[in-house]
Amino acid sequence: MADMNIQVTQHTVPKKKAGPWAQTWRRFSRDKAALVGAVLLGIVILLAVLAPFLPLDDPNAVNLAKRLQPPGTDGHLLGTDELGRDMLSRLIWGGRISVSIGFFAVGIAVVFGTILGLIAGYFQKFFDTVIMRFMDILMAFPYVLLAISIIAALGPGLINTMIAVSVVGIPYYARIVRGSTLTFREMEFVMAERAIGASHFHIIFWHILPNCLPPLIVAVSLDVGWMILAASGMSFLGLGAQPPLAEWGVMLSEGRKFIRMAPHVSLLPGLALFCVVLAMNLIGDGLRDALDPKTKV
Amino acid sequence: MVSYVGKRLLALIPVLIGVTILVFSIMHLSPGDPAQIILGPKATAESVKQLRHELGLDLPVYQQYFRWITNVLAGDWGRSIQMKMEVLPLVLDRFGATFILTLASALISIVGGVLFGIIAAAKKYSFWDRFLMFLVLVGFCMPVFWFGILLQIQFGLKLDWLPISGMHSPGKTGFVDMLPYLILPAVSLSAGTGAVIARMTRSSMLEVLGQDYIRTARAKGMKEQKVIYKHALKNAFIPILTVIGMQVGFLLAGAVLVEMVFSWPGIGTLMVKGIQARDFPLVQGIILFVATSYVVINLLVDLIYAYLDPRIKYK
Repeated sequence: MADMNIQVTQHTVPKKKAGPWAQTWRRFSRDKAALVGAVLLGIVILLAVLAPFLPLDDPNAVNLAKRLQPPGTDGHLLGTDELGRDMLSRLIWGGRISVSIGFFAVGIAVVFGTILGLIAGYFQKFFDTVIMRFMDILMAFPYVLLAISIIAALGPGLINTMIAVSVVGIPYYARIVRGSTLTFREMEFVMAERAIGASHFHIIFWHILPNCLPPLIVAVSLDVGWMILAASGMSFLGLGAQPPLAEWGVMLSEGRKFIRMAPHVSLLPGLALFCVVLAMNLIGDGLRDALDPKTKV
Repeated sequence: MVSYVGKRLLALIPVLIGVTILVFSIMHLSPGDPAQIILGPKATAESVKQLRHELGLDLPVYQQYFRWITNVLAGDWGRSIQMKMEVLPLVLDRFGATFILTLASALISIVGGVLFGIIAAAKKYSFWDRFLMFLVLVGFCMPVFWFGILLQIQFGLKLDWLPISGMHSPGKTGFVDMLPYLILPAVSLSAGTGAVIARMTRSSMLEVLGQDYIRTARAKGMKEQKVIYKHALKNAFIPILTVIGMQVGFLLAGAVLVEMVFSWPGIGTLMVKGIQARDFPLVQGIILFVATSYVVINLLVDLIYAYLDPRIKYK
């Protein structure tokens, strides 16, 4: 009897079809590797956010009597660096800076790249030629070289590194968004909006932009890791964040001088970097497969 | 083919002009007066003004650009403030070491990447496919400078098999002496590039291996090795070549980081020193040289496509 009731209910109230985002989430959540990446990144972000509230030593507190202690030393789970600073504390505080740089840099690149791509793709002609030729010139440089060039001009420092890494990302997003905009501007729903007199601003931001989001989300998820790596690379070269700031690239660079005596000082920040980049790539691959299952090979 | 080469060479001109304008603009956005930097903090206002005039810094920006580009084309790339030497010979001298490092890394990453990709595609969804693709993912996510340090610790310090820094033994020169010094930097630089090539090779091979003509070749009883290397790889190679061309730029730029780790006396270490010393003529020269090399390499890759796949030039 109970079974019959269920059957009746199923026939009379049709199940609501899941929306595209719900379908994407369902596909993403079935991808184990992507979930591992999400958990890994979640832990790093959680630790970074909670750093001020965790019972950690001051990341800049110098204690020369306890310098270069190996991991497992009493009171220093991951040992100490060349100035006796607690490695665990510096790693967690460093994560705040390194991960934030990656997200901020991608954010800046996405905003500018998207606006330029929308303008070029929607208005075409003069705007398209000027914007995209400039983007072509930026892309004529290898990424890292362009970032170094911009830092050379602005001067070494954390903020300048973030600007440099962002600028390098702009052409990439501009191209993606322009490509999508070129497709969607010719579609019926956009023509219908034009016919009823909708403004360009309304069409671009309310109708075209939401359709550009799937490829943009995939690009962002794959790019954050690269930007964290690039910014840390600049710090490693002495062009980004400067000592004594606890930033993973700086820590690696400083620790490199002691690889014979205390390899953990350079190995641990590198491992942290590797884990974050790995997590971002697993998430990115998962999102790409979830948003566009056709690309899966 | 000749007209295609001509068209591609013509298309190179605006890109190169754009690159020179960007390099010139970047250096002119820099804070600080180059004349003041050259003469130092104790220089008088009069001497700074005199040098600004000699360097043409008092001219309008567009005139400065034309003056600079004319000099560049004539081989006068300026004089390094820090090294007190002409920039072009300095860059050319150091570029040799970077070129050797980049070439060795390119060879390792192409051979390794293509091989990994072929094996993974030929044994798709097997243990070997998953294992190799896991290695590729690790290589892709590995910070190049950290991988270098790991190799130094393992093969230089623990096993004592290879030297961990420099390019030659003290007082020695020559290729044979350099070889052990080259291995670790070249391997660490090739990890990321090799990973990208392996991914592209696998994906491209999987696509080609599903085509009808491959099925026909197999149906004829052709050996699997011959099917893969003679029929599939040849057609899968165009997208792989595209990625290889793009990756050469990454290698050139990534060499900066690897050179710093291994104290390799290339263009990268020179550039970082130049930036820290605010040696603008030197930095400008290096950026121009590397960017131009990258553009030329991309042109060569395009020409190789057209040679390998004659359909390309008609598109």
